[in-house]
Parts: sequence; structure tokens; C-alpha cells
Amino acid sequence: MQRFLSVARRMGQIVPSVLGIAVLNFALLHMAPGDAADIVAAQSGGGDEGYVDELRRSFGLDRPLYEQFFIYLGKLLTFDLGFSHVQQRPVLDLILERIPATVLLMLTAIVVATLLGMVFGMIAAMRHRKWLDGVISVIALLAYATPQFWLGLMLVVLFSVMLGIFPSGGMMTIDADLPWHLHVLDIASHLVLPSVTLGLFYVALYTRLMRASMLEVFTFDFITTARAKGVSETRVGFIHAAANALLPVLTMVGVQIGHMLGGSILVETVFGWPGLGRLLFDALQQRDLNLLLGILFISSILVVVVNLAVDMLYGVLDPRMAK
Amino acid sequence: MTGFLDLWRRFRRNVAAVVGLFFLLCIVLAALFGPMLYPVDPYDMIGRPSMPPSAEFPLGTDVSGRDILAGLIGGARVSLLIGLIASLGATVIGVTVGAIAGYKGGWFDTVLMRLTDFFLTIPSFVLAVVIIAIFNPSIASVTIAIAVVSWPPVARLARAEFMAQRDREYVQACRALGMSDLEIATRQIMPNALPPVIVVSSLLVATAILTESGLSFLGLTDPDLISWGYMIGVGRTVLRTAWWMPAIPGIAILITVLCINLVGEGMNDALNPRLQQR
Repeated sequence: MQRFLSVARRMGQIVPSVLGIAVLNFALLHMAPGDAADIVAAQSGGGDEGYVDELRRSFGLDRPLYEQFFIYLGKLLTFDLGFSHVQQRPVLDLILERIPATVLLMLTAIVVATLLGMVFGMIAAMRHRKWLDGVISVIALLAYATPQFWLGLMLVVLFSVMLGIFPSGGMMTIDADLPWHLHVLDIASHLVLPSVTLGLFYVALYTRLMRASMLEVFTFDFITTARAKGVSETRVGFIHAAANALLPVLTMVGVQIGHMLGGSILVETVFGWPGLGRLLFDALQQRDLNLLLGILFISSILVVVVNLAVDMLYGVLDPRMAK
Repeated sequence: MTGFLDLWRRFRRNVAAVVGLFFLLCIVLAALFGPMLYPVDPYDMIGRPSMPPSAEFPLGTDVSGRDILAGLIGGARVSLLIGLIASLGATVIGVTVGAIAGYKGGWFDTVLMRLTDFFLTIPSFVLAVVIIAIFNPSIASVTIAIAVVSWPPVARLARAEFMAQRDREYVQACRALGMSDLEIATRQIMPNALPPVIVVSSLLVATAILTESGLSFLGLTDPDLISWGYMIGVGRTVLRTAWWMPAIPGIAILITVLCINLVGEGMNDALNPRLQQR
């Protein structure tokens, strides 16, 4: 019962965030020069003032601002994100279509980055101030400073253009009629370069974080005890310290989701990956404001939900936090 | 002055930071005086398009026959300027929010920190893209958008600093003297709270440069200015035949960001000597 209550309370905490996102979206929408009526009128080849006013009335744009806000809020709460006048389809459909590709890309990048980052961080901490620590730290510093989209382009040059190992863009080979296992392999080979591009920055980040976290745990008494009992140094590092150094990394994964979504936009643009980022890029080119704001709304919700999930995972991994 | 000498003495111990500072100064000098030493107009089409590096064009020409080295120097001005001003703006917003929240506490604190957390949650790059798209790309809108999405970490840090200071004895003494809250916060606490904030906001310059390059790669940049990200975007179209064209400005970004990070870490060690053993 108590557990259920705490879950319900956490769920309740996301309400203000969602409201805030709605307010922000509404504000941005109204700061934009020209409204929906202008856009539609322009698309139908322009019209006289009376026609635009008529449209404005039919969209409810002549009502007071607060009324418009509540109407907007009502629409958002029923996930009605409006209509993309450029693509002639509801915004929500366009976005839902693209979410799986982005989630696949981000999940792969997160999992790979977390695993590699933890392993490298552990090794660096266990070899503190030895040459291996130095090498890992230098590579992490470099990866930390590299613009992701540029790294993507360079990987395309090396692995697709020069070596021809991986495809340079897209998510699957078009009009290839493959059995399912080859199809999976096909997507996987398309996934390698984008996920490496997106993940490398986070490998660097988690490496540095894990290293610092491990070094801190190494100063704790229970490590001294373990060493005194004669536990091997490898075991102390990989089991005793690593388990306790994990939490800061996990927190970071939650915090970084929004950041990674931004990176994903650029990476998807580089690789023509058919996800949210690519959709955002197209919306940008076509000046499709409804779609842009829809993407901002949905991606913010996505971040809030992931943070909630990480929060709950926290309680499972560290019972002390469950309260 | 002795304070600065002392700081420099501690900064000097970190070799990587000193090297970073040296190269960073070189880049800044190149941005300031480069156009005088290499007087080629980066906007002028002076050669055949897509020429590889040669004696005439040290780094080659881009797709419209503009000199890449000149573009690199001109781009340094744009990228560094946007990075600096955006991070300055973010610092001003962040310190103001954090100072009020930390010093006043209570109701102010709750509301402002909710706001900060909110801005931390929204995908910042997406928000920046939408802001610039709405207000049309210009050097001002890009700078403002970057500042608007990067202030939250500064606010959190400033709040923690102000909270730690507000009940110290010297602050109580100031209150007893009848100083106004504004005067205590700006003239008494600020100097003590600022060192860690300076470290974070110097690192923000690096993030801002990376963000700017990403935005201009997407075409969200002042149409009249050449920046490094824009050059990568242009070079991308000929990636298969002339890979050096996008490679060169990318390396410039990498080196600049790396140097700023090294200097920032060095400053962190110099300002917080107790943490230095790591």
C-alpha cells in the first residue's frame, strides 16, 4: 500500500511539469509572427482581410488569450497536437510514427555508453595514476570535446566511403525483401554508426563519472575491511566498489535524456535516420510551427516519464532511497 | 594582485591546463588579429570551388570557391563571440535566479527552483531550435536561445553557494549594521559565491560553442555570417569527394572546446585546492 502511495505521489509530481510545458508551448506559439489563419490563407494563395478574419474566427483565434489557453490545454490533454498544414496530417500521427526509430537509436546508445563507460571508469580508477588511466582519461577528454554531428560525418567518411563496411545512412535497405533474421541484421548494420556517434560523448561522460565515483568509494571503510580480509584487488574493484559507485552514473543517465534527445536530432540528420530528429529537421525546413511545437511537447513528456522511471528504479537498486 | 599570483601559482601546477590556456590564447589572438595577418575576405569567391589545400589556398576552397582558412578565422570570431556572450547571459540569469532563491529562501526558493528544474527537464537543444525558428535565425536570436537553455546549472550552483553563506557571521554582522538585502547579496556574499560559478560558466562557453555549431549545422544561423558549424554544414554536401572540407572546421571546434575544458578544470583545481588530490 505504502509503495503504491509513493508511486502515485511521484506520478502526481509530473503534473506541474506537464502544465509548465503546455504554458511554454502556448507562449511560444503566440510569440511567433503570424498565426495559423495567416498560414492557411497564404497556402490557399492569399485572401482578402475578410477571409483571414473568417478563418481566425473559425480557429477561435479571436477569443481572449486565457480562453484560448484553456482550449489549447484541453487539446493537449487529449493529445490533440493540431494539424500539420504542410504535411496535411495530424501532428500526433507524424510524431508517433517516428518515435520507435528514435527510441531504438537512443536505447542502443544509452546501453552501450553506460556499459562501456562503467567498464572504462572502473579500469581507470583501479589503475589510478598509471598509464592506462592516463590513456583512458585523454580519450575521454577528446570525446567530450568532439561535436557529435561532425564525428558522425567523419565516421561516414572512414567506414562507408573509404572502407565500405557500414551503410552511410537510412535505417534499412530499401525494397530488399529479406527474411526476418536478415532484416534484423540489416537494421543492426545501419544502427552501428549512428549509435556510436550518439553514444561516444556519453561513454566519455560516464567514464569520468564512474572513475570519480569509484575513487570516492575506495576511501570508504568497507573497502579497507574487504582488503584486510584478503579479498583480491580485482574483486574489491569490480564487485565491492563498483556496486556502490553505480548510483551517480544512473542519476546522470536520467538527467542526460533530454540532452541526448538534442544530440539525436543532429545525429539523425547526419545519417538520415527516420526518427524524431529527422522529423524536426524537416519541420524546420518547411517552417511547420505546429509540428515543431508538437515535437517539443512530446519530447519533453518523454523526458519527464523517463526521469520518473529512473527515480523508481533508484528505489529498487538502493532500498535506502525507497523512502 | 597577490590573490591572482597565488591563483596562477596553483593553476600552473596543472600542466594540461597551462597547455590548454596557451592554445586558447592563440585561438583568441587568431580571431582578433587573424584578419589583419591573413587579409582574405572569407565571403569572397576567389577561387575555383572545392580545391584541395595548396600554396595559394592553404586549406583549400569551399563549394563556392571561398577561402577556407579565411572562413576559419572569420568563424572563430563568430563562434567565440556567441559562446562568450551566451554563457555570460546564462551566468547573469543563473546567478540572479540562484541568488534570490538561495538568499531569500522559502516561497521564492520553491518557485524559482521549480522553474529551474523545469528548464533542466525540457530537451534544451529542441527548445533552442524552436526558439530560433520562431524568431528567425540571427546572431542575436541564436545567442539568446543558447543563453535561455543553459542557465539552470548556474542557478543551482549559485543557490547552493548563497544558502551556505547567508547565515554566516559576517552576513549577520552586515544585517546588524542595517545593510539592505540587495547590498548584502551583491557586495558581500557575491564575491564569496562567485569562484565556483566562474568555473561552471567558463565551461559553459565550451557547451555554447558546441550548441552553436550544431544549430548552424541545421541551418539555424545568421545568414550573413560564417561560423564553424555552418562551414561543416556546407562541406557536408561534398563529403564523399572532399572530406577535408567539413573535417577542418570540426577540428577547430574540437581543439577550442578541449582547451576551454582543460582551462576550466585547471581553474577548478586552483580555486578549490582541497579537492585537488583527485
